[in-house]
Amino acid sequence: MYVTLNPGNRKVVEGVILWILVLSSTIAILTTLGIVASLLFESVRFFKSVPLTDFLFGLEWSPQTAIRSDQVGASGTFGAIPLLAGTALISAIAMMVAGPLGLFAAIYLAEYSSNRMRSLIKPALEILAGIPTVVYGFLAALIVAPFLRSGGEGLGFEVSSESALAAGLVMGVMIIPIVSSLSDDVIRAVPQSLREGSLGLGSTRAEMISKVVLPAAFPGIVSAMLLATSRAIGETMIVVMAAGLAANLTANPLQAVTTVTVQIVTLLTGDQEFDSPKTLAAFALGLLLFLVTLVLNVIALRVVKNFREQYD
Amino acid sequence: MVNPMKDMTTEEHPAPLLHAVAQGVPIKISARGVCVSYGDKQALFDIDLDIPERKVTALIGPSGCGKSTFIRCLNRMNDVIENCHVSGVIDMDGVNILDKKVDAVGLRARVGMVFQKPNPFPKSIYENVAYGPKIHGLASNKKDMDAIVGKSLSRAGLWDEVKDRLHSPGTGLSGGQQQRLCIARAIAVRPQVILMDEPCSALDPIATAKIEELIDELKEKFTIVMVTHSMQQAARVSQATAYFHLGQLVEKGDTKKVFTSPDDERTQAYITGRIG
Amino acid sequence: MTEYFLEPASLAKRHRAERRYRLYGQLAIGLALLFLVLIFTSLIARGYGALQQTEMRLDIIFDKDVIGDGGIQADYQKLARNALSEIFPGVKNRKDKRKLYQLLSDGAGYQLGNSVQNDPSIIGARQSIWVLAADDVDMYLKGNVTEGLDESERRLNDRQIAWINALQEMGRLELRFNSRFFTLGDSREPELAGILGAMTGTLFTLLVCFALSFPLGVLAAIYLEEFAPKNWFADLIEININNLAAVPSIVFGLLGLAIFLSLLNMPRSAPLVGGLVLALMTLPTIIIAARAALKSVPPSIRQAALGLGASPMQSVFHHVLPSAMPGILTGAIIGMAQALGETAPLLMIGMVAFIVDIPQSIVDPATALPVQIFIWADSPERAFVEKTAAGILVLLAFLVAMNLSAIILRRRFERRW
Ligand SMILES: Nc1ncnc2c1ncn2[C@@H]1O[C@H](COP(=O)(O)OP(=O)(O)O)[C@@H](O)[C@H]1O
Ligand SMILES: [Mg+2]
Repeated sequence: MYVTLNPGNRKVVEGVILWILVLSSTIAILTTLGIVASLLFESVRFFKSVPLTDFLFGLEWSPQTAIRSDQVGASGTFGAIPLLAGTALISAIAMMVAGPLGLFAAIYLAEYSSNRMRSLIKPALEILAGIPTVVYGFLAALIVAPFLRSGGEGLGFEVSSESALAAGLVMGVMIIPIVSSLSDDVIRAVPQSLREGSLGLGSTRAEMISKVVLPAAFPGIVSAMLLATSRAIGETMIVVMAAGLAANLTANPLQAVTTVTVQIVTLLTGDQEFDSPKTLAAFALGLLLFLVTLVLNVIALRVVKNFREQYD
Repeated sequence: MVNPMKDMTTEEHPAPLLHAVAQGVPIKISARGVCVSYGDKQALFDIDLDIPERKVTALIGPSGCGKSTFIRCLNRMNDVIENCHVSGVIDMDGVNILDKKVDAVGLRARVGMVFQKPNPFPKSIYENVAYGPKIHGLASNKKDMDAIVGKSLSRAGLWDEVKDRLHSPGTGLSGGQQQRLCIARAIAVRPQVILMDEPCSALDPIATAKIEELIDELKEKFTIVMVTHSMQQAARVSQATAYFHLGQLVEKGDTKKVFTSPDDERTQAYITGRIG
Repeated sequence: MTEYFLEPASLAKRHRAERRYRLYGQLAIGLALLFLVLIFTSLIARGYGALQQTEMRLDIIFDKDVIGDGGIQADYQKLARNALSEIFPGVKNRKDKRKLYQLLSDGAGYQLGNSVQNDPSIIGARQSIWVLAADDVDMYLKGNVTEGLDESERRLNDRQIAWINALQEMGRLELRFNSRFFTLGDSREPELAGILGAMTGTLFTLLVCFALSFPLGVLAAIYLEEFAPKNWFADLIEININNLAAVPSIVFGLLGLAIFLSLLNMPRSAPLVGGLVLALMTLPTIIIAARAALKSVPPSIRQAALGLGASPMQSVFHHVLPSAMPGILTGAIIGMAQALGETAPLLMIGMVAFIVDIPQSIVDPATALPVQIFIWADSPERAFVEKTAAGILVLLAFLVAMNLSAIILRRRFERRW
């Protein structure tokens, strides 16, 4: 760039560079298109052999065995409800851990702790989200699950060694910082003048927080929860390692359930013919996963943006 | 009147020094030797000041001289600031409110505050006014609360403008209306003192005039301390005036006297526009 | 005038609520930090054992009758078996001998073979050599044996345990530093399993990832921050970036499988594809960080350059970009750290195969550190648990190193404009 160019040449070179810049920034769009195209393309092929309604509302998931021998091209039953229920169960357990812990931690960080404390605690909490998920999977499968199992036995409960509870609890710990950091940010974005207004009327800090600050920050907190939920739904390694493979339709957290992501991994790892309904089913599940998380993310980002604009 | 704070006082302090305006007028608050520092930086030096009851006291002075710092001592709002340290004695009805044993929450219920920038809560007009009474348990039922809200809004001169939209958001009002809503919100708690820190600085002249009129009415019931950067405003609405300069209180007394024949030449310079 | 709001009783109640609030916050933070401490202590407690491996001192006779002139195919394991039999001459029948030989690792033969390859002159000689013991012996020495179990449920029977104890008394069994863990590839035998193959795979993968995502990310950020007009196209890119940052990682794996493998026929299990997929995932992180860094360069710098007659493009590349570089690099390192820990997308593109050889290029079949951890965690042998934990510690060490360098970089070059 330090070469001296005559003005005409410089214009041309800069024009080329500008185009390179534009192209680089379109990679993001191309990636999205690539995702949508590959998921849609394979899913459409899947839905040619398995009707969409069977997939969305079917109560049985057993990709291995054919139930009707006259079914053309289908090798098993592909009802996604048990997977969705399993995903929902584990995500719900995770949010029951991360929601309250993350929110109370955020309230403490934003309203009670000194700046110094906050600058130490917040990064420390964020380490939890920086630990690779495969590590959490290991902990869930080899430490938490056996612990729950023997603990449950002691109390007279039958706990599966691949219980939804173990996976959900560990996942909850992982997403605490997603809730706490985002909530802390939005709570701190609530203008100081509202806090002073409340304290000036003689409220305690707790009253100020629960009646003024949290309602004002509510949209932001909701979107923090949505983003955390979306993260839990899309989480793969923890459930692959600690949740089960059997598609049980149950709400009992002590039993084994399977999830959308577990099934995607199971269907696609190992030797496989690429065109079988089994592998295509993985893409249909991927499409479902993509859509659900996309909707959650879009809502969350939109809500947070409006929130920020309100107080800018 | 019961005064539960009475036995919380720990030390005796000298009887209030009555200055010019206070002669024959009951003193609501008297500050003695108040020093405030933010970390290492001292912002107020040894302030002695008496605030007459049911009058308007104006605090004036160049910006950064410590007016806000002082007014925030009167309801312990400085407690909220992490490194702010306050010393000295502020006596209110025989109690040193700076005493750590005095509950700042209870204190702020009797010493309300209105801020520079209108800061209605992002709730409905009704809920804004009902907020204080609700947390302090001043109303036992919906009817009581409606009465308190209505009365406070009328007192703040806002009732006629908002009575048809009590449940629309307070943030939807104009700046002047918002500030009057904040005043209504403060008086709904039935304080004895109302502190106002430059309540009109964010408002246009018409809204300012309305607030000034309101302040003049409110002094029948409340002791009012207001910070203002406008000397005309101080002259118009206050009965007593204190002039702060670089963290020191250099002039205090009857408003007329301060504005016509100040003792201190710095005050003279300020009111004639040579310091600003 | 009633002033019951000043009544100490009601105020006390309100203050109690206050303390409760504060307590909940402290509990939440305390619990979260406790989890953090528990995670690290339990990993260290389980992983540090992998630094040592049980070895057995045998008096090996490099018998010409057994190994001939030392070819690669020769039965070196037999040398170790013979030496072990020599120590326990009383073990005669075939079944017992088989049990005895189970105390040896298959790695013992490789070790002896290597000794011979390195120095053929030892053929015929007798040497005292430390060879690898089986993983069950290793677990026994490390105290990982469930004593209470019935003999039939144990990996070692009573005789074997007696032999082990005897060997220990003779000073022939010892826990020695396990350098193999850092110099070998994967293996089905826990005592032979090393992490070098996975580390190399990760290195190649991250190189590809960085080489793609860094330049693309920076260029995209420059366009969006410095040149893009405020129009629907810029908005579209912005929305895309924000949403991509929150797409589940496994979906990127599906993209890689469908496009790179099926459509473009790229090699399965290769770091090239892994790097490509991770680059797409990391791109949003780098773009967002680079935009923030560019934004923090004050406009005065741009104006100064423009005032000297530089074109907007020159002002950006000569002045703004260099000033923003530390911030951009910090973001890039953090992005790489995220990519380092990613597992799910790599599973989708087949980087989960059992691969013994250390990959030599970006198109060789490979695994990556986190995938290796996943494979080991899935292995039934007890001895793989400590390998898994040790692998995790290595992974975490890399993460800590990367994040620390990001922090140092930020501190070092942080400018207060
Ligand atoms: N929160 C704070 N932290 C540190 N210094 C402060 C703070 N608030 C005010 N100050 C300082 O105290 C002095 C008095 O400020 P203030 O009371 O706000 O003045 P005024 O209201 O008269 O303009 C100023 O020098 C200001 O810089
Ligand atoms: Mg001020």
